[in-house]
Amino acid sequence: MSSIDYNQIMSIGIYGSAIGLILIGLYAVLLKKHLTKIVIGLSIIDAGIHLLFVAIGYIDNGTAPIFSPKGLEMMAQGKTMVDPVPQALVLTAIVIGFGVTAVALSLVIRLYRHNKTARIDQIKSLKW
Amino acid sequence: MIFSLIIIIVLVLLLLAAAIYAVMQKDLLYATIATGVISLILSIIFFILQAPDVALTEAAIGIALTTIIFVFAIRHTSRREDEVTILEESDAQEMDNKESV
Amino acid sequence: MKKVLVILMLAVIAYTLGTSFSTIKFGENRIGDPKEEKTVAAFYLNRTPSELSVANVITAIVVNYRGFDTLGEVSVLFLAATGLGSILYRRRKKGEHPEVITKPASQLLQSGSKLIYPAILVLGAYVFIHGHLTPGGGFQGGAIIATGLLLMMMAYKDFEIRHNVLTWVESIAGITFVSLGLTGLIYGKTFLENFLPTGNLNDVVSGGIIPIIYIAVGFKVAAELAGVLETLLSNKEND
Repeated sequence: MSSIDYNQIMSIGIYGSAIGLILIGLYAVLLKKHLTKIVIGLSIIDAGIHLLFVAIGYIDNGTAPIFSPKGLEMMAQGKTMVDPVPQALVLTAIVIGFGVTAVALSLVIRLYRHNKTARIDQIKSLKW
Repeated sequence: MIFSLIIIIVLVLLLLAAAIYAVMQKDLLYATIATGVISLILSIIFFILQAPDVALTEAAIGIALTTIIFVFAIRHTSRREDEVTILEESDAQEMDNKESV
Repeated sequence: MKKVLVILMLAVIAYTLGTSFSTIKFGENRIGDPKEEKTVAAFYLNRTPSELSVANVITAIVVNYRGFDTLGEVSVLFLAATGLGSILYRRRKKGEHPEVITKPASQLLQSGSKLIYPAILVLGAYVFIHGHLTPGGGFQGGAIIATGLLLMMMAYKDFEIRHNVLTWVESIAGITFVSLGLTGLIYGKTFLENFLPTGNLNDVVSGGIIPIIYIAVGFKVAAELAGVLETLLSNKEND
């Protein structure tokens, strides 16, 4: 396999899986009736977006952006470092995604206590 | 070269299979475990893409803490997705009328 | 009808995202040479070992160059923990204790978790103290410590962490972060300016205030996540 084919397959694989995760998560948020399943879909959309961000910052034959003794050795050999800015953004995004999931689940629990059901097509006050 | 290609293709297929399983499964506990598996495979892919900090964060927060919060939420609500509670007579008739319109 | 519309919309989104991301070539070197600082990433990669003497570039970006965003993230976590506690609040009647897990855990879990719990705490502390030398940092170390506390909470019925202790640790860590930033304002020119001397590369004591901030963030995140888990665990079900 020539190197161009390798790059094509890698890019289709990783970009395709990130977009696929976003679409599967969107399907769960829009079409499912149970509230916990909707929150699972939200968490899957987050995972897809994080993968998309880190995949944009990748450089072929790059190394991790850390200046350890081994890293300095690799810089002396001429290897470049991978883009560090998307990784810093995704670090923050993962923690905030966890916070959003926690608050969403607490709202689901509260709604279940009030209505004795967690399906949105059976909650009477929302029907119109 | 071809060995790393095979690894990436296998990981991507596992990722999509776990995501489809998490959305389609009616028993919510199994769907939560599938979400944990998605975080695990995502952490391995982050390591292959030369991002060790992000892989560590995703492993620490996505696998352990998100799964345990979902398990607590399932414990306080219902376990299966297709659980139907018993409605009253008048409300059942009202639902039938609305559905036919 | 709704299903058909949703699948149509998902197809349009897939087509749009697919065509726009196929123009971004995977693995192309877009940051240029770090010596000539033509992009933001090249600027950060060039300045980090020389100006700050910090080995981990991502720690330098998260704590020093974009330190204000980290302050915002820590406050978002604080709001999430507070919101969770206040949404799930229920007034307790007099003389009622919060009931935790009703069945005792198995013998394997009880003896195993007693052995492994100190090792998890030491691992978490190692990760957030050496955040500027190896991959790691405050958020990762805090999450590891919270997972260790969760293990003990699930194995033993009477292992509880008092909410007072958690609140005090969290408040003191938050005050440390903000006061370090304000001291930077007094000494130098900007909020969160690095005012302590930076040592040599790859030393434990290097990088000015970066290790101190990450230690404070590690304590704060561990206390918050332990508070979230404690709130969820000690709510009685089926009321």
